[in-house]
Amino acid sequence: MEKGKGAMGSRKWAVDFTDNSSTPSSRDIPDPPGFTRASHDHEDSTLSRQKKDAEANWKSQKAWEVAQAPFKNLLMMGFMMWMAGSTVHLFSIGITFSALWQPLSALQGVGKVFEPYKDNKVDLLAPKLLFIALNLGGMLLGVWKLNTLGLLPTHASDWVSSLPPAHEVEFSSGGIALHY
Amino acid sequence: MLPTELCCVMGYLSFITTKSKQFQAIRRSPLSILITTKSATDLEKPRSNSIAMAMAIKLSLLLLVFSCSLIPTFSLFEDQVGFMDWHQRYIGKVKDAVFHTQKAGRKRVVVSTEENVIASLDLRRGEIFWRHVLGANDVVDKIDIALGKYVITLSSEGSILRAWNLPDGQMVWESSLSGSKSSKAFLTIPANLKLDLDSPIFVYGGTCLYAISSIDGEILWKKDFIPEGIDVHQLILSEGSNVIHATGVSDSSEFNTYEIDVKNGAVLNHAKTSFPRGIFGEILQISSDKSVALDSSQSTLVLISIINKQIHLQETHVSNLIHGVSSNTIILPSKLSGIFSLSTDTFIAFIKLTDEGKLHVMEKFDKKVVVSDALPLSENEQAFALVEHGDSNIHLSVRLVHDMSSNHLKETVKMDHERGFVEKIFINNYVRTDRSHGFRALIVMEDHSLLLLQQGEIVWSRDDGLASIIDVTTSELPVEKIGVSVAKVEDSLFEWLKGHMLKLKGTLMLATPDEITAIQKIRLQSSQKSKMTRDHNGFRRLLIVLTKSGKLFALHSGDGHIVWSTLLQSLRQSPQCPNPTALKLHPWQIPHHHALDHNPSVLVVGRCGLSLSSPSTLTIIDAYTGNAVRNVGPTHSTVQVLSLPFSDSEEQQLHLLIDDEKRAHLYPRSREAVEIFEKESQNVYWYSVEADVGILKGYGVKNRCDGDEFCFEARNLWSVVFPSESEKIISTVTRKGNEVVHTQAKVIADEDVMYKYISKNILFVATVSPKASGPIGSTTPDESVLVVHLVDTVTGRILHRMTHLGSQGPVHAVLSENWVVYHYFNLRAHRYEMSVIEIYDQSRAENKDVLKLIVGKHNLTTPVSSYSRPEVSTKSQSYFFTHSVKAISVTSTAKGITSKHLLIGTIGDQVLALDKRFVDPRRSLNPTQAEKEEGLLPLTDTLPIIPQSYVTHAFKVEGLRGIETIPAKLESTTLVFTYGVDLFFTRLAPSRTYDSLTEDFNYALLLLTIVALVVAIFVTWVLSERKDLQEKWR
Repeated sequence: MEKGKGAMGSRKWAVDFTDNSSTPSSRDIPDPPGFTRASHDHEDSTLSRQKKDAEANWKSQKAWEVAQAPFKNLLMMGFMMWMAGSTVHLFSIGITFSALWQPLSALQGVGKVFEPYKDNKVDLLAPKLLFIALNLGGMLLGVWKLNTLGLLPTHASDWVSSLPPAHEVEFSSGGIALHY
Repeated sequence: MLPTELCCVMGYLSFITTKSKQFQAIRRSPLSILITTKSATDLEKPRSNSIAMAMAIKLSLLLLVFSCSLIPTFSLFEDQVGFMDWHQRYIGKVKDAVFHTQKAGRKRVVVSTEENVIASLDLRRGEIFWRHVLGANDVVDKIDIALGKYVITLSSEGSILRAWNLPDGQMVWESSLSGSKSSKAFLTIPANLKLDLDSPIFVYGGTCLYAISSIDGEILWKKDFIPEGIDVHQLILSEGSNVIHATGVSDSSEFNTYEIDVKNGAVLNHAKTSFPRGIFGEILQISSDKSVALDSSQSTLVLISIINKQIHLQETHVSNLIHGVSSNTIILPSKLSGIFSLSTDTFIAFIKLTDEGKLHVMEKFDKKVVVSDALPLSENEQAFALVEHGDSNIHLSVRLVHDMSSNHLKETVKMDHERGFVEKIFINNYVRTDRSHGFRALIVMEDHSLLLLQQGEIVWSRDDGLASIIDVTTSELPVEKIGVSVAKVEDSLFEWLKGHMLKLKGTLMLATPDEITAIQKIRLQSSQKSKMTRDHNGFRRLLIVLTKSGKLFALHSGDGHIVWSTLLQSLRQSPQCPNPTALKLHPWQIPHHHALDHNPSVLVVGRCGLSLSSPSTLTIIDAYTGNAVRNVGPTHSTVQVLSLPFSDSEEQQLHLLIDDEKRAHLYPRSREAVEIFEKESQNVYWYSVEADVGILKGYGVKNRCDGDEFCFEARNLWSVVFPSESEKIISTVTRKGNEVVHTQAKVIADEDVMYKYISKNILFVATVSPKASGPIGSTTPDESVLVVHLVDTVTGRILHRMTHLGSQGPVHAVLSENWVVYHYFNLRAHRYEMSVIEIYDQSRAENKDVLKLIVGKHNLTTPVSSYSRPEVSTKSQSYFFTHSVKAISVTSTAKGITSKHLLIGTIGDQVLALDKRFVDPRRSLNPTQAEKEEGLLPLTDTLPIIPQSYVTHAFKVEGLRGIETIPAKLESTTLVFTYGVDLFFTRLAPSRTYDSLTEDFNYALLLLTIVALVVAIFVTWVLSERKDLQEKWR
């Protein structure tokens, strides 16, 4: 996400050199001497294509970068989890829940994250898939942590503990004869 | 992260671990964990910050070590004493009293009681100066005061003589007088007798006469009456003479009188006269040389006079003396000179011995008169007191012995009729300013209370009936009525705020000493505590106690005050009901859902007479008012009271009363109850334990009795016979009927499950070899065997049997959920031991597949029958335990989630809380990591006694007999009521109060913090706005 934001931030301003060049009104002004329009037009179009290619390249590169970003997160998370240990307390619970929440929120905003890199020429499917896969990985890590903390109902004990004791059919009472 | 930060985090982590380990109740399941974290954050944040500040890895390591050894205890701070507990001291029914009212110093009365207590009471207020409880087997026979500074007590049938220092109750000396045979015990302390600077005390006990130095308790001389075969009935020491007269009766029915020299015990003279009929009861001395006795037929008075060292007997037929006499004549033991009193079934007569030796009836009273001993006023003047009963008052009259006709003093005292009749009276005199005699009278009432009367007023009273509690039950208080005045709310709000401001000052250490005492006062006398309405947490309850005197008391659990008390009319002596005894107390009606307009009520079962076949009485008492709702009886006999788990439409609990012919009587006696019972009667069983013959018998309902639709015949279903030559039943224990079990599964290490065998029909029976049934040390280890059995009381099946070789009783046990813990003596190890047996259900052990459990394919909730003979397995373990034990109980909570603590009444009359985790048969020497995490403790051979876990902290519950636990509404908390001669009540949270803030939580501080935070938010918001504006202008 950081990277995506940076990419947008780097394009604060733009100057359009092709402005007015094709409109007839501009033709009123004679070309300066020694200027051949045809060649310029040609060069200009190749230049813009090149530029567009570069931008597309850059976009796809950035998209890959963004897609790979959760990996670092994953490592970070893993370290934190290792630090937190496997006993249930405030710290480990906080870490585990943030480990679960982060991928979830990231997955919700998949579209937004890749919005800036949207381009006809750029294939965003692969980075998106990677992004999703990594985030899912992060979530799995969280779930695994939850399990090691013993908070997932994967054992018989988790299902049995809430069952009330079975009703007893017979009733019996008695004892030593009362005396004082 | 930086290394320092790491340390911080580690410290924090270990601290939290410590804390979370204390919440033992919480198994790791997804739901309960939220509670843990909540409470951990609520309670521990401020402290964890301080820990983090320490920033030292050493500390965190220390904490880690500490956390492993941490067990929750009930320790409290000094200023928390009396906050949620109360302690009341009693002495029991007074049987003898000696006044000590010298002009200088405090006026006191020394009393001995039926609970074997000797106590010195303040005559002014009735408070206890000092008190000693001698123990159940050390019955006090006589008390007196010697040398004006020692209290002399003779106890254990005249075999132990002790001297206690009068001002402070320290024991000065003790002599054990080993008599050869048990006999009556007498104590005579001559007032002015000196023997070589020593004043001897004469004691008769164990058929020996002793002269004992009152200074150090040395035996000066001893005279044994065994060779003569004489049982001494009376010791007379005439004023100023050096001779003791001992009058006794030999086996061959002869009167014998010995004159014994006080200096050396030599017999100076021996006279005897044959009296073939024998005598009944005691010989009463009426003058220096004359005594009176009844013959064995109780119809003839025998006047015994010693003239010229010879015995003269003079017989007078009682019917000649008093016309129309009825049976059961006895001579009352009141010592009046020249006069004695004779009691028959219908009246009491005073008989005077004239100078000519004739008997002369002076006055006749009807039965309700109590007479005191004579009190010497001057040289030849003696007075005695006489109490008569009026309607709601008593008439106390003091008369002079030589002038019976007129009352020296007559007072009428208003008396609460709930105290019953006067049973005993002791009088004492004082000299008024006008030099006339004033009298004070100490009276013992039918309900065992003790009162001091003076000048027609009750100066003080003590409810000593509470020293002999038989049974305890509890009741809810009434629901609070809605609608409180605004003024009251405002007032209480102001008070509340004031209290909390004071508390805040206290926490910030700004309070002055005066304020600190005020804080303490507020804490202890919180009006919330003793309110007469139900509270949200269920801490306020009525403790209803039945006492030996037949009086029922309702105590408020908040501060222990008596809400009401009632002397049960059905348990008072009457022609229909001679010798009534109170037996049992059961909750009768517990309105919950329907019948909410009814008050809760309790059932009191009593018996008229001493044998099991005597008729019984039933009384139902309203628990809010103490009024009798219904009286039944005297009716059939009662040997068992079973409270059935069914109730009728008025929420009256169905009860079965089993009589001595094994018939079951159903109560309440209504058609509806019969219908309910008949529907369920196929599944109702009962059993009897016949300890003297060693048989357990199980019964079921057969059919109705003839002519009584509420009576059912029993059929014997099974019997377990213990061979009398090898096993003798010494103890049986069963589960408490109202115990709630939360879950049937026990989660062990690695999330594995074991299924508990939870049955209410388990009976724990302990037997010993007959030789080992005596006291400890009476047998060799080879001859004593302790066997414990777990018996299913529906089918008679023995679920488990275990033998402890070389062990013996007494056995104290407690059975709860699926475990039993018992305490006994190991003769080989010469130590007390505690063992635990846990019983698990094998027939359910297969239910371990998660998927099957999720879809509900299991047999865990199907009803169980004992006839399906479920396979069981047991685990057990034994540990040494230092103390000998008087009672064991276990904490009980509303839902049964909270972990359990054993409550052990120790020999020192204290209550020790022992975590159940210490008596877990799965403990091993080296628990695995998973087991450690589960909270399993490494095995030790001895159970630890942690001083902080004494629930009774600094108090002693003298003569401890029982520990009752009552669940509060708050799951974490259990109420504990301990009774003996003293009463003690407290509130325990075995796993800490994880579901509520502590009582002394400072709400004012919390409010202040919130306000401060809100203010800070606003201030910083304004500041940041301003800064933003400045930034923009730049």
